[in-house]
Amino acid sequence: MTSIGTGYDLSASTYSPDGRIFQVEYANKAVENSGTAIGLKVKDGIVLAVEKLVHSKLLVPEANRRIQTIDRHIALATAGLLADGRQLSNRARDEATNYRETYNSPPPLKAVADRLGLYVQAYTLYSSVRPFGISTILGTVDQDGPALFVVEPSGVFFGYNGAAVGKGRQLAKTELEKLKLPELSLREAVIEAARIIYLVHDDAKEKEFELEMSWIGPESNNLHVHVPKDLFDEAEAKAKAALETFE
Amino acid sequence: MDHIDMNRLKTGEVNLGTSIMAVQFDGGVVIGADSRTTTGSYIANRVTDKLTHVHDRIYCCRSGSAADTQAVADIVHYYLQMYSQSAGKAPAVHTAAALFQKLCYENKDALSAGIIVAGWDEAVGPSVYNIPLGGGLFRQPWAIGGSGSTYVYGYCDATYKEGWGRDETVNFVKNTLSLAMSRDGSSGGVIRMCVITKDNVERLFVPGDQLPKFWEGHEVLGAATKLASIVTPMEV
Amino acid sequence: MDHFPTNWGRPRNDAFDAYGTYPIHQRPQNGPKDAFSAGVQRTQQPIVTGTSVIAIKYKDGIMMAADNLASYGSLARFKDVQRLHPVGDNTVIGAGGDMSDFQYIQTLLNELDIEEYTAQDGHSLGPAEIHEYLSQVMYARRSKINPLWNSLLVGGVKNGTRFLAYVDLLGTTYSASTLATGYGAHIAQPLLRTAVEGFEDVLTEEQALKIIENSMKVLFYRDARSLNKYQVATITKDGVNISESKHLETSWSFAEGIRGYGAQTQ
Repeated sequence: MTSIGTGYDLSASTYSPDGRIFQVEYANKAVENSGTAIGLKVKDGIVLAVEKLVHSKLLVPEANRRIQTIDRHIALATAGLLADGRQLSNRARDEATNYRETYNSPPPLKAVADRLGLYVQAYTLYSSVRPFGISTILGTVDQDGPALFVVEPSGVFFGYNGAAVGKGRQLAKTELEKLKLPELSLREAVIEAARIIYLVHDDAKEKEFELEMSWIGPESNNLHVHVPKDLFDEAEAKAKAALETFE
Repeated sequence: MDHIDMNRLKTGEVNLGTSIMAVQFDGGVVIGADSRTTTGSYIANRVTDKLTHVHDRIYCCRSGSAADTQAVADIVHYYLQMYSQSAGKAPAVHTAAALFQKLCYENKDALSAGIIVAGWDEAVGPSVYNIPLGGGLFRQPWAIGGSGSTYVYGYCDATYKEGWGRDETVNFVKNTLSLAMSRDGSSGGVIRMCVITKDNVERLFVPGDQLPKFWEGHEVLGAATKLASIVTPMEV
Repeated sequence: MDHFPTNWGRPRNDAFDAYGTYPIHQRPQNGPKDAFSAGVQRTQQPIVTGTSVIAIKYKDGIMMAADNLASYGSLARFKDVQRLHPVGDNTVIGAGGDMSDFQYIQTLLNELDIEEYTAQDGHSLGPAEIHEYLSQVMYARRSKINPLWNSLLVGGVKNGTRFLAYVDLLGTTYSASTLATGYGAHIAQPLLRTAVEGFEDVLTEEQALKIIENSMKVLFYRDARSLNKYQVATITKDGVNISESKHLETSWSFAEGIRGYGAQTQ
């Protein structure tokens, strides 16, 4: 970021002379400061995992979840400003409901991602607002099978087989690329997801974190639910063990 | 009022007092309709096309007010174009039916529209949906509608069988509509049909003078005429 | 714009056809018909309708039944309609009255259920909450003079408590151990009361089913908008079960020997 401080970074409605919108780039910085969130798409489902940094021992465990449910079959995980994530998930729920009311059928994820993209993009146009300080992973198993999308602060969205956003995204992406995602079972994917979150967590900088995992697949009847306790514990234990052998 | 008040129709409105029908079979659906449009007892159009395209493989059969059903079909046609562009695929028949239902239900106090939606889609193949007056939505293997349909429920119940092929289904539609048209004064003219399958939509046409014929009372009338000719008039 | 050329350039509201144009056009009357014609007509009438729903409390929970018919006036138009609708894991609603309004209620409850599910707060809606919600919706709509034309039964079991209550197009509610809507309120309700009241905690599922079957049979005999094909819902602590369609066993053979309407013997 070279041309900082030349005045072009004060408003989302102003381009810099080289065609950038600094407010959007700063929004991406807000994402990079956040705990990592990842999504895995396998043959029959999706897994989401989040490294939720716990900044105080006084916090109630499992409070302020960063994985949310948008519809019975749609999951959303955010990295960035927590409150922005809640605003966007409320919007996503409204869009899902609206699709249902119009077409009398469950919304395909692409339709929801499409509308969220438009919504987020609108916040990059005006001087009176700030762009969303979050990157959002959306996951589903819909009529067309599993799907995974990421919506960025600029409003663009892409489909992915494996997605990572937040602090540790680079390392997480390399780990995801090593996996043969289409060949993994959903349970294996949960184990891998936990391992990656533990791997990318940097305990030199942040001591405490809470692992949050959810899935959608045959075992959950294609509904979005948190990963069952026994599997969660198994995955967490294996992740911790893998970390020791890794180091 | 100075003249007729057809129930639920606005004064002077053009009425599709109609016989319409849709039947699903293994590879597609057959839809059909008569061609009569009336204002009161005057036939405003004797060659109407009541089979209305709303997407590549989805049609609707319209009954009730011509103006209302055309307006509704136009809106759904627009929505389905928008849908297929943004979803990148053809809409399901169910999607089209849901849109029709929404419009008919939310405006039930203003509309007189009885619509049958039928077609073929990638997800479920052929399907038929009936949306009667109040704006309910009912999936059926076969559906009939319009004023003429009330005369042929028995015929359809007795005749329809599952597992028919295309030609049997076309015959069923043709015979049913012919019977309905012959008993209902508000139906008549020609039979228009469409066979909608994965591959195409085929238009079929039966001219008004080549409709399937059924018993029309000739035997009795004939006998009466013969009797009349035997009785020689009394000479005065 | 007046689209009828024969009306052009002539006084409006001209009931007398001075130029003898009739029957060229059915000429519309252009002016207001009366002081209220510009007002919006709201109160509809039910068009495609379902008849009675009946329900009882029994030892393990609630049993509810409704036939599969949706009538169009006296025409038995749709014979495979399900009028019992599960909501969540603990509740069933049964509907009589307008079927398009019932379908609308189903979409409302589906949205409500999703809203509750997406909150992921460990709460779920039970029959009491759903009944309260419906009563508020029904009353709000009747207060807009645009009612949802239904009478509904809501039954369920949650946290070991049985719940059975009624709500209708006016927002009227009441609760009892036996309930019936429509014709059923006149014909089935007395039968149900005799069979159930005082035995709610001892009736087994088989006994409850016998009572329900008997009432459905009598309704089929005496309700001209009924069908001998129906479904039964049971809601117990184990959840909701809605049966496949069943056919009623009815008896007619006694009628064979009946002759005439009085003294006739052959």
